[in-house]
Amino acid sequence: MDLLIQDVPTLVFVVVAVPAVLAIYIVGTEYLVRLLPDKQRPRVRPWFWVGPALLFVTAFLVLPALGTVVTSLQDHDGNFIGLVNYQRQLGDFPTGGAWIAIRNNVYWLILYTLFVLFFGLILAVLFDRVRYESIVKSFIFLPMAISSVALAVIWGFMYSYQPADAPQTGTLNFIVVNVFHQAPKTWLSDPTVNNFALIAAAIWGITGFAMVILSAALKGIPGELLEAARVDGAGELTIFRRVIFPLMMPTVVVVGTTLVIFALKAFDVVYVMTAGNFQTDVLANRMYKLLYQSDNPGGASAVAIILLIAVVPVLIFNLRQFRAVEARR
Amino acid sequence: MTAQAVAREEVVRAPAWSPAWISQRLQKVLLHVVVIGLTAAWMVPAIALFTSSFRHFEDINSTGWWTALAPPFKFTVDNYAKVLSSGNLGHSIFNSFMISIPATVIPTTIAAFAAYAFAWMKFPGRNYLFLALVALLAVPLQLTFVPVLKTYVSVGLVPQNWGFVGVWLAHAGYGLPFAVYLLANFFRALPSDLFESAEIDGAGTLTVFFRIVLPLSVPAIASLVIFQFLWVWNDLLVALIYVGGTENVAPVTVTLANLSNSLGQGWHLLTAAAFLSMIIPLVVFISLQRYFVRGILAGSVKG
Repeated sequence: MDLLIQDVPTLVFVVVAVPAVLAIYIVGTEYLVRLLPDKQRPRVRPWFWVGPALLFVTAFLVLPALGTVVTSLQDHDGNFIGLVNYQRQLGDFPTGGAWIAIRNNVYWLILYTLFVLFFGLILAVLFDRVRYESIVKSFIFLPMAISSVALAVIWGFMYSYQPADAPQTGTLNFIVVNVFHQAPKTWLSDPTVNNFALIAAAIWGITGFAMVILSAALKGIPGELLEAARVDGAGELTIFRRVIFPLMMPTVVVVGTTLVIFALKAFDVVYVMTAGNFQTDVLANRMYKLLYQSDNPGGASAVAIILLIAVVPVLIFNLRQFRAVEARR
Repeated sequence: MTAQAVAREEVVRAPAWSPAWISQRLQKVLLHVVVIGLTAAWMVPAIALFTSSFRHFEDINSTGWWTALAPPFKFTVDNYAKVLSSGNLGHSIFNSFMISIPATVIPTTIAAFAAYAFAWMKFPGRNYLFLALVALLAVPLQLTFVPVLKTYVSVGLVPQNWGFVGVWLAHAGYGLPFAVYLLANFFRALPSDLFESAEIDGAGTLTVFFRIVLPLSVPAIASLVIFQFLWVWNDLLVALIYVGGTENVAPVTVTLANLSNSLGQGWHLLTAAAFLSMIIPLVVFISLQRYFVRGILAGSVKG
């Protein structure tokens, strides 16, 4: 506990001092800028304002990303070994090296993205039609607030397994045994179901995010448009397919690309629930294991670069979207 | 109910007890059943956890959590007492505060300056820099761990010497792209007349920023603060890398993950610990949900 008491002044210091230092920085540089001739001022000033942010992202994102490219081409002692690390990760198709993780990331990418969009859309449309919309939305949204670790504990409990002759305490196995009259399943260690069990848990956590954004887009659709369709005698399903869905498409795409990026970066749920065992590994978890358990920074960096290569197409697409939106301003 | 929903209901109104009226009523009932049913089903995992955290050890392992919802009620707070006294969960909740607060304050302040420049100052390469910053949003953090960690170790910026400074700075770096993006979009949407009239009055850049922009941007800053705080509080990966699992420095997510590995089927303690770890984010989230939602929307719909 001694450590705690010592830390409190540090916390206070940081919370007060950091903004103070930064405020002094910005005020101080403004005085420096004022020493310059009138014409020079607008040219110099912006760099003082964006400087700290650029410094941080350069130090923590840009340079390390470049450094990882270098590390991925080196062995443990820093000697250049070309693409050996990549060959080790990608050599044994289909089950060796990183391939199981890549396969699982593909599962994540497809199932997670599609189901979240599906649930998000359905819930947004259904909830839009009831008076107590904001209350039910809060409930769906609530899992957004909790950590993936807590989420993993919640779902670990849902998936909990007891031998067939014992009473089932896990919700899912209780249903499997008592409603479907099947043998209970070991949801997290049975390779035929465990990836889907993990993905389902993650879907539960993020659907609220998709729902909130899609719901806002839905409210942006002019009411007269829907009314006109109804007056013309269109059924609700037709209206959804022909009017609502096309109009929401840009938002669906934006949410979809965000979810794809989340799926590629998936880590916490896998790390806590199975630690990547029983063929549930994903790239992010593999990278962590290589780095910490195998002391193999070269291999870990190679996996990270593979992850980046998977993200790049999504990134370019995302930027195009972004530019298109900017152009409309 | 939204204006739109009202409009919808008024479109067609069939005479009472006609077949059309009955079918409309049935559809309404069906809608409510589906909506409430889905919401209830969605809450089952959370209710299971919450209920179980108040059950006795023997009960959790012999009967399902749903049996506790019927009399006789046998709830207990022993699990909470045990987790807080034996485990180091209390300590790690404190650590989580120690990590989250500065890791929120630092990037928010820096982002506010940068966002103002991106939104209202002209400089060469502004749009490209902003685009590059947005692109960084998609970079997997995993990519950065090895080099940053190497640098930290070589300059001695490790938890033993510097406590949480390393993780504060890292979170600041990782949080900045989103923070600048969110604030710049908000700042840009402020009416330009404000700036013009202030300039005519002879106000300098500093006055405009501190007296006009910041006070007007409280909602955006609030949503950013909540976002970043929840993100850091709930983060596991960054904490594992830069802080590690040592008892005296581990934040609550790391401790819970360790508990989950070591306890395995010790659900009575695990459920209580999980719920304790959720209290702070839930309180923040429920009381400030409006801002949180606004942050999400600003980040993805408006673009």
